[in-house]
Amino acid sequence: MPNSEFREPHITIHSDTREILANARRDIDRYGLRDYFIVDVDSHHVELDSWDEILTYIEDPVLRRSGLSMAEMWPNAKRLALSNHPPGLTFQDVGGRIPHQAQLAEHVDPVPGEHRDLTLVRRAMDSMGISLQIVFPQPMLEVGLHPNPDVENQLITAYNRWFTERILAHEARVKSMLALPFNSPEACLRTIREFGEKPGVVGFLVTSQRQAPVFRNDYMPVYRELEERGLPLGFHAGPDYSVGKQMNRFVSVHAMSFVTCNMVHLTNWIINGLPERFPRLKVIWIESGLAWLPFMMQRLDHEYLMRQSEAPLLKKLPSEYMREMYYTSQPMEASNMKLLEATLEAINAGTQLLYASDWPHWDFDVPGRIAGLPFLSEQEKRNILGENARRVFRL
Amino acid sequence: MKQAIAKSADIPEGGRIVIDIPGATIGLFRAAGSLYAYENTCPHQGGPVCQGLLIPAVEERLNKDGTAAGFRFDPSDPRVVCPWHGYEFSILTGRHPGNAAIRLRSVPVSEEEGIVYAEL
Ligand code: FES
Repeated sequence: MPNSEFREPHITIHSDTREILANARRDIDRYGLRDYFIVDVDSHHVELDSWDEILTYIEDPVLRRSGLSMAEMWPNAKRLALSNHPPGLTFQDVGGRIPHQAQLAEHVDPVPGEHRDLTLVRRAMDSMGISLQIVFPQPMLEVGLHPNPDVENQLITAYNRWFTERILAHEARVKSMLALPFNSPEACLRTIREFGEKPGVVGFLVTSQRQAPVFRNDYMPVYRELEERGLPLGFHAGPDYSVGKQMNRFVSVHAMSFVTCNMVHLTNWIINGLPERFPRLKVIWIESGLAWLPFMMQRLDHEYLMRQSEAPLLKKLPSEYMREMYYTSQPMEASNMKLLEATLEAINAGTQLLYASDWPHWDFDVPGRIAGLPFLSEQEKRNILGENARRVFRL
Repeated sequence: MKQAIAKSADIPEGGRIVIDIPGATIGLFRAAGSLYAYENTCPHQGGPVCQGLLIPAVEERLNKDGTAAGFRFDPSDPRVVCPWHGYEFSILTGRHPGNAAIRLRSVPVSEEEGIVYAEL
């Protein structure tokens, strides 16, 4: 046919990121995003693709040898040795319906000295019109559920060293908030001191799926150190398949557990008066969506007013502290636009909300998601898409 | 304006092609003996919906007493699944099975002497 050209009819795990995201590129013109400063505060690369390399960064020589030996001798352990990769995560792609969640197996021409993941990250940023991207690992976000806390600490430190050396040092557009080995406050302090000034490190992270209560006294030096350095603390949600014992479908597990972990930490954070103790520490709640926030504001205010004596450090309502915290936008629940508008108003989105794509996960949000919201002003859109992040991370 | 966009033989029963034409990208599907055409822009976030997995609907069977009897595919309800986030659409109606208001933009098509024409 003279005027028609056939396109690859089926997007698969082998499709190029630029082809998968071709429609996002159209949004750049549609919403005039080219002159926006867009910061994506939550995206991912697949660290298990480089796992055998990361194992070589383990500090403890005995554990390092065990890991490398497992990787070499056990079938499939090259990408899993010592990790607690949660098996339920492989349900995430809805039975092959969302291929980019399973893997990005596209062709990348090798560039000497440059990691393949950097090329993939650049392809995604350029396709979505993103200026800077904060990149996190994936299964490592569940490392807080690892049965052995010492192995957890060793893996986090090995990953942090590998990531700062192999990825962050090579591309100024890529940033990260590095995971803290949160079961050891001393190790957290060492981590902040070792990595706090490395290029691309813009804050630190608690991987939220863990039992640790954030109010423990021995965490206070960690919060103080971050506050003094002006580095934000993020709480990145994740799934916990153990709720699957009560829930039989991944949709239920994901809908609940990505939120409940942050609900617990946020409640502890506020009721124990941590915003009063560390008023300059910027706290960011990542990847729990937004719909939980009006619920938490109302629920905590309601109970606090009746039980003030149990939270005597508070000088105002829990919801008022929540309005001073930061939130990433994804996955933005938008099936009821009135509720979404009220939610954004409740959290002072114009100054507190940070755009996040979560690419390449199955529930990612393109920048057009924010740019297309009818009730936001032009300035609010600019703030949410990048200017708030510029301020929070001093970019 | 009526435009020739493909040959009928390019789209066998159960098949699909995706075509770039000036100003639009269209997915053409042949299912249950008929031809269906939709714009390749998902109503959710604008994803390339026509380039997704073709798969029959999943149905959950129930026994008369209300007990669950497991899942199975329903080949009479072919679906295309948007690859960005998994919104699933009936190829026969273009609608999301859970909310009929969420629908693909359909493009009128006809076939004459082995050529597919679209009304654009
Ligand atoms: S864009 Fe199609 S499912 Fe989201």
